[in-house]
Amino acid sequence: MKKKSRFKTLRTLFFSMLYISAFTFGGGFVIVTLMKQKFVDKLHWMDESEMLDMTAIAQSSPGAIAVNAAILVGWRMAGFAGMITAVIATILPPMVILTAISYCYEAFAANRYVALVLRGMQAGVAAVILSVVFDLGGKVLRERSVLSIALMVLAFAATFVFGVNVVFIILAAALVGVFSALRAGKGAAK
Amino acid sequence: MIYWQLLWSFLQVGLFSIGGGYAAMPLIQSQVVTQHAWLTMREFTDLITIAEMTPGPIAVNSATFVGVRIAGPVGAIVATMGCIFPSLVIVSVLAVLYRRYKGLPLLDSVLGCLRPVVVALILSAGLSILKLVAFGGAEIAFANIDWIGAALFAAAFFVLRRYKANPILVMSLCGAAGLGLYLLLG
Repeated sequence: MKKKSRFKTLRTLFFSMLYISAFTFGGGFVIVTLMKQKFVDKLHWMDESEMLDMTAIAQSSPGAIAVNAAILVGWRMAGFAGMITAVIATILPPMVILTAISYCYEAFAANRYVALVLRGMQAGVAAVILSVVFDLGGKVLRERSVLSIALMVLAFAATFVFGVNVVFIILAAALVGVFSALRAGKGAAK
Repeated sequence: MIYWQLLWSFLQVGLFSIGGGYAAMPLIQSQVVTQHAWLTMREFTDLITIAEMTPGPIAVNSATFVGVRIAGPVGAIVATMGCIFPSLVIVSVLAVLYRRYKGLPLLDSVLGCLRPVVVALILSAGLSILKLVAFGGAEIAFANIDWIGAALFAAAFFVLRRYKANPILVMSLCGAAGLGLYLLLG
């Protein structure tokens, strides 16, 4: 009996994540919202504050937000098996779709008309990305923190002007974060 | 061996992209275009365009696309495993200890320093795509300006900022306008 209900949980988890992943366009935050609707509002598997905590962890951990959120919900609902089930369901739709597109891409991009459509769309993508940078960068500037602004300027110069490997830039920023936390901790202890 | 290279490259993408969404883009560009030349800048830009138009995280989309093109379906699986493996380990640990992890000052400080850096990296990746659009992959010079690309970018940027338009709609309209304009004027 218990085994049966566990299988049912895994099955619901699998198909919920598969559905959400296949129909979510646009970023990790959209998928987290849909997961909240499904798991909190509809299935009542957890409450809202738990979902908020999971969102915070998913956002601040390395990797894609959607995959991170799937790992957390999977563990919460059915342990290790649940985690594997949720992750597979999350990555399956994009993998299938992109595999199909990859095989068509050469033929696609060689077609004159498709190439022109793609070229037009690239202008749109550049606009979308730089618009996101405006929003995110504005938030950083509004903090009025000298450290944040200095880091932003230095990181930009390092990658765009000097071509420093992105991994080193991120490691350096993390180190700065560790040092500033240690210094703040010392100041508080005194 | 090509599978190891794919695995190692996308492990780095998975491990160092923090903040979701576009944060992975500069890392993918660095691995796939700059370090390994698996894709040209134009192919990479096409990939980002496709990733925007299809469901799923950019990192998983890119891993699949690059994996298939470099080493077939097995390559796609290897690259995708690489990019989700760091999450599997780190987030699983956090899932177990998540109550203790909340509000850790060290972590807050590290994330606080990463945020502005990630913005700068996304800006840099966005500018290299804009350079491709506005100069057609040639040197930055007045004579090389692709006026159609530049005009489409300016129009799209204006509509996005002024009217908060849906990005997928804006990109689709740019595609249609691009086809028309390049056929008529290009």
